[in-house]
Amino acid sequence: MSQVAANTVSLSWYEASARQRIDALVDAGSFSEFIGPELREISPHLSIFDLPEQFDDGIVVGRGRLDGTPVLIAAQEGRFMGGAFGEVHGAKLTGLLRAAHALKEDVLILFDTGGVRLQEANAGELAIAEIMRAVIEARRAGINVVGLIGGRAGCYGGGSLIAGTCSRLIISEQGRLSVSGPEVIETNRGIEEFDSRDRALVWRTMGGKHRYLIGAADVFVDDEALAFRRAAIDALKMHGRCDVAVLEAEQARLARRLQRFGEAEDAVEIWQTLGIGSPTDLPALPTGAFLRAANDRETADDAR
Amino acid sequence: MTLDEILASLFPNGRKLETTDTTIAGQAILPDGRPIHVLGVIKGQPLGVDEAITLAGRVIEIVKSGDRAPILILVDSASQRMSKRDELLGLSEYLSHLAKALLLAEAEGHRTIGLLYGGSAAGAFIATALAAATLVALPGAQPAVMDLPSMARVTKLSIDVLKAKAEATPVFAPGLDNMVLSGGIHVVWDETAPLAPQLAAVLQRPRGQDERSRLGAERGGRRKAAEIADRVIALAAAAHGRAQHG
Repeated sequence: MSQVAANTVSLSWYEASARQRIDALVDAGSFSEFIGPELREISPHLSIFDLPEQFDDGIVVGRGRLDGTPVLIAAQEGRFMGGAFGEVHGAKLTGLLRAAHALKEDVLILFDTGGVRLQEANAGELAIAEIMRAVIEARRAGINVVGLIGGRAGCYGGGSLIAGTCSRLIISEQGRLSVSGPEVIETNRGIEEFDSRDRALVWRTMGGKHRYLIGAADVFVDDEALAFRRAAIDALKMHGRCDVAVLEAEQARLARRLQRFGEAEDAVEIWQTLGIGSPTDLPALPTGAFLRAANDRETADDAR
Repeated sequence: MTLDEILASLFPNGRKLETTDTTIAGQAILPDGRPIHVLGVIKGQPLGVDEAITLAGRVIEIVKSGDRAPILILVDSASQRMSKRDELLGLSEYLSHLAKALLLAEAEGHRTIGLLYGGSAAGAFIATALAAATLVALPGAQPAVMDLPSMARVTKLSIDVLKAKAEATPVFAPGLDNMVLSGGIHVVWDETAPLAPQLAAVLQRPRGQDERSRLGAERGGRRKAAEIADRVIALAAAAHGRAQHG
């Protein structure tokens, strides 16, 4: 029996690179990469736009151990093309999920993405659809697919739809989960609808605290690699199934959310409805106090 | 073709469908007398939390009925609704929920066929048409991830430059031909012939795996995706094997 050891150095998840996140997440020295950068499987499309390629196309996929248990891992690099899904990038994740199904191994997806890479939009969009299908096929075989959200680029666009197929989501305050980004809403609907430069508005509408409170994420953690590691170990003890009962429960959960909060103009109103004493103070609360205040939040257990 | 013309050509034996400003739902009769469920997002409207939950609820009811009848998903939409309210309420979950419901229906024995007869884009396209087991289109359909003017803003390239680049590759520009070449659309129907037999032909295809990346490779619009995914599967299997026997 090999010793299970984690990297214990403090590391901000938000600041870390994809490779640093994987190293800090898995048991020390246990990760092996598939199609690593030495193979130079670059995007065949970026040169059309005179854009630089990256040898891993902005995603690291492979296999490691988490607390001794084998697990398949994908980590997006938000600092390359905003972590966006292109053809090669997406296909690496599709392959990993199909492998998970075949090998009966759980999957961790470390999201850090603005969504579909526009320079290869059609390939990226189809990759999202293929990945969502592969997630559900794996989950129907009982595989856990756990999403971790706390990166620089957030989890936007098609990435947020993939997150919605995961069996469990772990999020930090810095994690943002949303389909349309702030700039996209402002461009399409005007600054009166959404002022993308109002950072407080962005965080309270799309950020980790709000998502945890409405049950869009299951676990709220500090911006620390070790906190993500501990939460991932716990998440893999759940079951990932996705059947009629789960979707019926999700239908009821999401319908209830519209009923309870559908008229709210701002996140603060939702937090008030949730019974939070001084909702305007919520964004400033440290994790411990926030979690105590979030006691009566909406949850998604067995309904995701 | 208008929606009414499409429905008349698809279901000459009868149909009972209700439409709202944004959605359609109901049942129709196939040429062989069997029923088919019909639902969709219509009239070029965006797909938001309210429409997604309604459609998903309908799909889950169909699955629970246990009839295992096919489901046709009609799509003529805009993109996801881009609004503060939709995002505040967690739109990503609602769109994923709809996609999951369609994938669940397929896994529970319903054939799911998407028919793209108008526009669709981004999150709305992923949550509806692209969640069907087989996606077909009519000529004139306009799938897109983002329109070229918006793409020009984001990529900081002029529309003329983007148009010139689109001549060289099907990989980024909006349009039906590009989505066909990329493998996203199985077949484009002939609108000058009756649609009912063309639907029957799709329903007769054997159930199978996700074949879109293979189609993309064959058609030349997406040459790498299938190969990369297969290599990852083989490498994961080898790593798994080493761990089992090491």
